[in-house]
Amino acid sequence: MQDNIKKVGKTRGFSAFTAVLLAILLGLVFGYIIMTVASPANSFLGFQILLLGGFKRIGDVFYYATPILMTGLAVGFAFKMGLFNIGASGQYTMGMFFALYVGFMWKLPDSVHWLVCVLAGMAGGMLWGLIPGIFKALLNVNEVITSIMFNYIGMYLVDMLIQGNATMYISSKTRTSYLPTSAQIPSLGITNSSVNISIFIAIIAALILFIILNKTNFGYELKATGFNKYASAYAGMNGKRNIILTMVIAGGMAGLGGAFAILAPSTIAGSSMTYEPVSVIAANGFNGIAVALLGNSSPIGIIFSALFVSHIQRGGTLASLYGYKPEIIDVVIAVIIYFSAFAMLMNTMVGNLINNLFRKNRSKKFLPVDPKEGA
Amino acid sequence: MENYIIEMLNITKEFPGITANDDITLCLRKGEIHALLGENGAGKSTLMSVLFGLYQAEKGEIRKNGMVVKINNPNDANNLGIGMVHQHFKLIDIFTVLENIILGVEPNKMGFLQKKEARKRVIKLSEQYGFEVNPDALIEQISVGMQQRVEILKMLYRENDILIFDEPTAVLTPQEIDELMEIMREFAREGKSILFITHKLNEIMAVADRCTVLRKGKLMGDVAIKDTTKEELSKMMVGRNVNFKVHKETKELGDVVLSVKNITVSSKIHNNNAVKNVSFDVRAGEILCLAGIDGNGQTEFVSGLTGLEKTSNGIITLCGRDITKATIRTRSKSGMSHIPEDRHKYGLVLDYSLEENLVLQRYWRPEFQHFGFIKSNAVRSYAEKLIKQYDVRSGQGAITPMRSMSGGNQQKAILAREIDKEHELLIAVQPTRGLDIGAIEYIHKQLIARRDAGKAVLLISHELEEVMNLSDRIIVMYEGEIVGELDAMTTTVQELGLYMSGAKSSIAKENDNAGQYQKGGEN
Repeated sequence: MQDNIKKVGKTRGFSAFTAVLLAILLGLVFGYIIMTVASPANSFLGFQILLLGGFKRIGDVFYYATPILMTGLAVGFAFKMGLFNIGASGQYTMGMFFALYVGFMWKLPDSVHWLVCVLAGMAGGMLWGLIPGIFKALLNVNEVITSIMFNYIGMYLVDMLIQGNATMYISSKTRTSYLPTSAQIPSLGITNSSVNISIFIAIIAALILFIILNKTNFGYELKATGFNKYASAYAGMNGKRNIILTMVIAGGMAGLGGAFAILAPSTIAGSSMTYEPVSVIAANGFNGIAVALLGNSSPIGIIFSALFVSHIQRGGTLASLYGYKPEIIDVVIAVIIYFSAFAMLMNTMVGNLINNLFRKNRSKKFLPVDPKEGA
Repeated sequence: MENYIIEMLNITKEFPGITANDDITLCLRKGEIHALLGENGAGKSTLMSVLFGLYQAEKGEIRKNGMVVKINNPNDANNLGIGMVHQHFKLIDIFTVLENIILGVEPNKMGFLQKKEARKRVIKLSEQYGFEVNPDALIEQISVGMQQRVEILKMLYRENDILIFDEPTAVLTPQEIDELMEIMREFAREGKSILFITHKLNEIMAVADRCTVLRKGKLMGDVAIKDTTKEELSKMMVGRNVNFKVHKETKELGDVVLSVKNITVSSKIHNNNAVKNVSFDVRAGEILCLAGIDGNGQTEFVSGLTGLEKTSNGIITLCGRDITKATIRTRSKSGMSHIPEDRHKYGLVLDYSLEENLVLQRYWRPEFQHFGFIKSNAVRSYAEKLIKQYDVRSGQGAITPMRSMSGGNQQKAILAREIDKEHELLIAVQPTRGLDIGAIEYIHKQLIARRDAGKAVLLISHELEEVMNLSDRIIVMYEGEIVGELDAMTTTVQELGLYMSGAKSSIAKENDNAGQYQKGGEN
């Protein structure tokens, strides 16, 4: 029995999972401490609603999970190849813009309009992934630097283009006007929630990435490159092509995320989601990094980590009923991310802990009683 | 009770899943050279790490001069007078010799470094033993042999009298090895005690007084060298009789398989060419060995030959086809197999399973894929075939994580992969580095089998014994140039050593650009 536990403890998937759980647990403990410090009287109730509040807003949990699921995939997929795609925000914003543009400017049959918008969003993200990919592959420019730059370039470019377009932008409201209903993604019909079928598309996208990573030649090459780029070069893999392709796919995921966010149906009839050009980099892109880290860069893991982050965010919003500012929840999430950065360290810590516990048990219990036990 | 300076009594050190040292006792007399012999993985390094304070033993005790001591870290070891020359030197490349020697024990006044005294002492020590080390040379500018002397000076500077040498001869030329042996004898005469870790029997026979033999973590015995023979020691180490000589039939030479003309490869480290104007042919049915001391351009040459780096000049022809500018994949398809020098960096994806590594050179072929999807059944059955055929041993068969396999079996997996792939030329770079005798024997046999099958084999090796045993022809590389071509049947180790150290060159330098090429502090 003990040997079995030890064996399980050694498998890679298990230790990654325990590390994430530990990260979350520690994050929550710290979150609770912070809440207690902020307002001791309400901390228990506040913490309770933080943890469980999401269940009252299941629709919203799924709705808000969708974009960060996509940006999480964008970061995690590139990370499998050893690329740090910090540019998910820019790709997300570009996806949003392309989707908006098609939504406002193209007149298409109602049945396919939203779908074309979604695809346009993906194309926008791909474009914004392609450029850092080319820089990295052909000129060996670090993708972190280019993609950070492209976050800003994308954001300012989109703000400029939207403000310059009279059909899309209403200057008196300083935001985009309402999208036509045909461009909005079909709702799932949950009252008071914008949740829509894009969550399914997102999950399907994650499953497709999972299959690409694990069942295809491209995935084999991609992971080999991520694990050991020297060995992949030695084996004759086309590193340049793979880098570009990976960044394009990653960008496409983030772009889809942007499209899903902006094309979501509004709960109020006759309105829609709007974009406000305020020169701020989209937070969902950075949340994607957190989601990918928590999900251990695995597409399946990212589905759950996106749901978890969204759940805790909804809970955090509700915690304001007890006088907590929404920023508190940002702190809690930040702590969780901080701890998941130590996930690998915790892996060995947990492993050693388990081993030590059993070793102690063994020497205490068995050896003095029956010295032959070890043989 | 004899007078031992160090006693390691009943040392047991366990790692998860393995007992690296099982109840091992090692006693070191004052003023003796004591060899510690064993194959890779026998537990030599672990035992020395316990003595040096890098690991703590679960059981057993260490005594110095009969007193039980506790060594928790290398500082404790140092305070007890124990010093170690590690196999991979612990030197800072961009520091001078002097700075490296005083590192960790910097003489200072109120935090300001006082180098003058230290400098005098280092020069004095260096003169005393005839080391000829310049205290102001940068480590990166001096030869490997000199670097080793710096490591030795470090121990002397700290006034250590128990000196551990971990595989000190691996990086040296035959002449340098002789000098090192002389230095070790000198130390012993002065009453210093030396622990000498190695798996080279000749060196033990030449220099050691006594020898402790380990096998698979267990103590095999403790013998006086004068009462034993090389054969006896190797039997203790391996557990069976070992064939030192590789059997080789004469073989008719075939066509030229690989032809290299005027290849030049630039260096990544300095602004010079690491490989200069190298030309040679390899024919089917021969083993051509490119010999030379580590760091004379062999690595860069292989990178250029296999396509990992660009060559800046020259033509490479493989089976009549110009592959000078071809991609790695094209070279591989044209019949080039490559056992890389650094199997962890290039040869394997350690986070992949055994089967995934076995198809690393052929996963893209039609039999393993279907519209870009990997046929996992085909991969599995192919991997199982290779595992059986080449006797690759692992914990869980085809799905074993590569990282968990032993070095010998990792190398066998690479060998299986590269040999099983269609090839005309097999490039084997240091194919037996770090392997135990059993695995070395196996790999040597396989290389000879390739030659006998009419393939061309280009062997790059720094191990003289390997070079002498396997090759049909030897070319020697020194500072990026081919300085000699020797017939393996007629040459001697001494002659080879002279070529390797640059003392002898049979090839007139026509396009002499050696003037531009300076390697400071070398001579």
